Amino acid sequence: MEGRIVIVGAGTAGMEAAGQLARSGFLVTLIEKETTTGGHVKNWYHLFPDRRDSSEVISYLDARINHENITLLTGKTVDRIENNHGSFLVSTNDGSDIKADAIVLSTGFDLFRSERKEEYGYGIYDNVITSADLEKMFRKGEIKKHNEETPEKIGIVHCVGSRDEKVGNLYCSKLCCVTAVKQAMEIKEYISNAKVFCFYMDMRMGGAHYEELYRESQEKYGINYIRGKVSEVSENINNKLVIKVEDTLAGRPLKMELDMLVLMAGMEMSDGAENIAESAGLTIGENHFFSPVDNHFGSNKGNMEGIFYAGTCTAPMNITETISHARSSVLEVIGYMNKDVR
Amino acid sequence: MENFGFTLLKERHIDFDANDRSIAGYISDHEPSFRLCIECGCCSATCTTGNFTPFSLRELLILLKRGENDKVREEIRKCMLCGKCTLVCPRGVNTRNVVMLAREAFRKQMNYAV
Amino acid sequence: MKTEGKKKIWSEYQKEIADDHFFYVRSCIRQSFFPGSEQFFLHFMRNVLEKDVYENPSHTTCTGIGYHGDIVPLSTIMTVVARHFALMKEAGYKNIAISCVTSFGIYTEIIETWKHYPEELKKTREYLFKATGREFDIPENMAHTSDIIYKFRNEIAAKAKNLLVNKKTGEPLNVIEHIGCHYSKMFPKYGVGGAEFPNVLGGMIEAWGGRVVDYPERRHCCGFGFRQYLVQANRGYSLSNSVKKFNSMKPYKPDLILTNCPGCNMFMDKWQYTMKEMDGTVYGDNGESIPVLTYEELAGLVMGYNPWDLGVQYHMVQSEPLLRKIGIDYEPDNKFKTKDGRQMPVPKNLINV
Repeated sequence: MEGRIVIVGAGTAGMEAAGQLARSGFLVTLIEKETTTGGHVKNWYHLFPDRRDSSEVISYLDARINHENITLLTGKTVDRIENNHGSFLVSTNDGSDIKADAIVLSTGFDLFRSERKEEYGYGIYDNVITSADLEKMFRKGEIKKHNEETPEKIGIVHCVGSRDEKVGNLYCSKLCCVTAVKQAMEIKEYISNAKVFCFYMDMRMGGAHYEELYRESQEKYGINYIRGKVSEVSENINNKLVIKVEDTLAGRPLKMELDMLVLMAGMEMSDGAENIAESAGLTIGENHFFSPVDNHFGSNKGNMEGIFYAGTCTAPMNITETISHARSSVLEVIGYMNKDVR
Repeated sequence: MENFGFTLLKERHIDFDANDRSIAGYISDHEPSFRLCIECGCCSATCTTGNFTPFSLRELLILLKRGENDKVREEIRKCMLCGKCTLVCPRGVNTRNVVMLAREAFRKQMNYAV
Repeated sequence: MKTEGKKKIWSEYQKEIADDHFFYVRSCIRQSFFPGSEQFFLHFMRNVLEKDVYENPSHTTCTGIGYHGDIVPLSTIMTVVARHFALMKEAGYKNIAISCVTSFGIYTEIIETWKHYPEELKKTREYLFKATGREFDIPENMAHTSDIIYKFRNEIAAKAKNLLVNKKTGEPLNVIEHIGCHYSKMFPKYGVGGAEFPNVLGGMIEAWGGRVVDYPERRHCCGFGFRQYLVQANRGYSLSNSVKKFNSMKPYKPDLILTNCPGCNMFMDKWQYTMKEMDGTVYGDNGESIPVLTYEELAGLVMGYNPWDLGVQYHMVQSEPLLRKIGIDYEPDNKFKTKDGRQMPVPKNLINV
């Protein structure tokens, strides 16, 4: 097969799609805004549900894009996409224009900026951290409070930036519940006498093996689950965090001191993708992500012929789903190029 | 002491850190399935006692975990030990034994016959 | 705790506060409870900063107390507020300066209601015109008077004769800032610094040399309510909320509580008296209660005005411990004397004396 494909975003989806398209004979230009590929995955330590080391995923993806048909451009952002009767011109921030017969947008997501939930005091209270910060600690091999002490009582808040009208995100980010369960268990592995409390609105354990992981966290790790979303965090004179939450199943407010609070930051449409959507006239959904033409039969297709979506630029997805979605985007590209409707 | 015609109210919140959660600890040690409760309420829905009195096993198990023992101590004696709750529990919690252990723990640790 | 994070939030809630030409609306209760506060504001604005602040004698209560006490309907309070705006329009003013936090909340809530439900605005125009023949414009700029003092806090600091520093130890005073709920909890965008970490009073305290105490129940309501305290038997509810705050702030040994809301000030002051009378509990250091001042009173003390002229003696908790710490000279004998030297009755049961 012949043709030039531009892929925007070299995370899981972009790298998987690039590998498949290159092996199908297309000339692929893979554009990444960061200086390295791999997207968010490289920032996480172990992946749910089987605790696979994320570096294995990175090695797999690196191998995928190791192909002569792939030109990788890192440290570049896409400013504009022009469509001239099915022939695309992709302009990057360094002033170069790249011609393409089809485009795959795999721009991924941005992690919700937790400081926007002001009541949690992220960036203010010393021991309020995010799920991403905790992964860094796992990678480093130690979980420490700001003062270098080991925390003994740790809270985890689900749905930070998700299912929350106040921050404009009505949707569920889908991965945070299972991340919380996984991280709670990992905390116990690092600090065996730690007490861990998950504050959830609903436990959304929809993926394969998620519910089993949840059960394991209770059975083997003694993780405590309290139904209620934390509504206020403060710090007391002993530098402990004080949280206010309702124990909704007991029907009473609950107050607790904690050494550390971990915020399960949700997923949002990436800033860069919003610019692309605006400049190229691509439809965005109520969830602010790219809105594919059909939820069931066209989840990879953009509202413009020749533009395709792969991965979490359309909705929150886990790695498995992202790879599947990227693969299906490749099928859509091949179909489109075969029809030669350009 | 001035009487103003009103008084200070008792705080309603569960003071997790101040509470004594040793009863829950005792149960958990002797009946590990106690930890598996997901507070679905199957037990309370079919409960013989709960259908005629405000007794809710689901709520009592939560209160035990929070160390709100006073209410549990009074309520837990109402259970008839029929075993229906254990039969329906989707998580396999041995609720009947949990009730027995709670009574035992109140007796042993707090010298309070239930 | 990292101040940088707070500064970031503050930078996102920088409301525009007019510089001059204010239509000033007083509070119902401030003139009785803290009689020097509004007086100081007018003096400071007009004589020190030489600003134009206009008051209209036809201005009335906003009826907020009645509204929150369930006896004034929404359409009525909207029309009353519209009348205030009509007085303002007739006098040629576009910037409103509101002394009361309840009124401030009423004004913001009504203006937001009109934005979202233009039919309500239309109805209000009709009601006002039918009742009074007046017409009105929505103010271009709306500020609480604490916003205005916040805006000019550095001018006050530049003229400071007394800083919020313990003269003996050289340490900054520990100051509690308590913001009225209706200042920004309903509409964070109308408050300096937003609702979770408001900076309107904190900014003053820091500019004047004090240390702001961030204690766990900082954001908790004082419990004032309206219908809650109006019935005597219900006052335990209001009291308990303030006590929750007092217990939470006590470990920080606060030297002062600063408020921007009339109700909060009254209650945080008088509930300390109540608790002391009920069972002897005090919440300050050294067996003392914590003085509760308004931002105007504090600005006046910082600028070196006579504390008795500012009216600080009209709180239940007396400010002498604070005055001594800051190093303000005061004449005890003149505390309850009129300007021409006549002795007034001395209130009983004052605390901290």
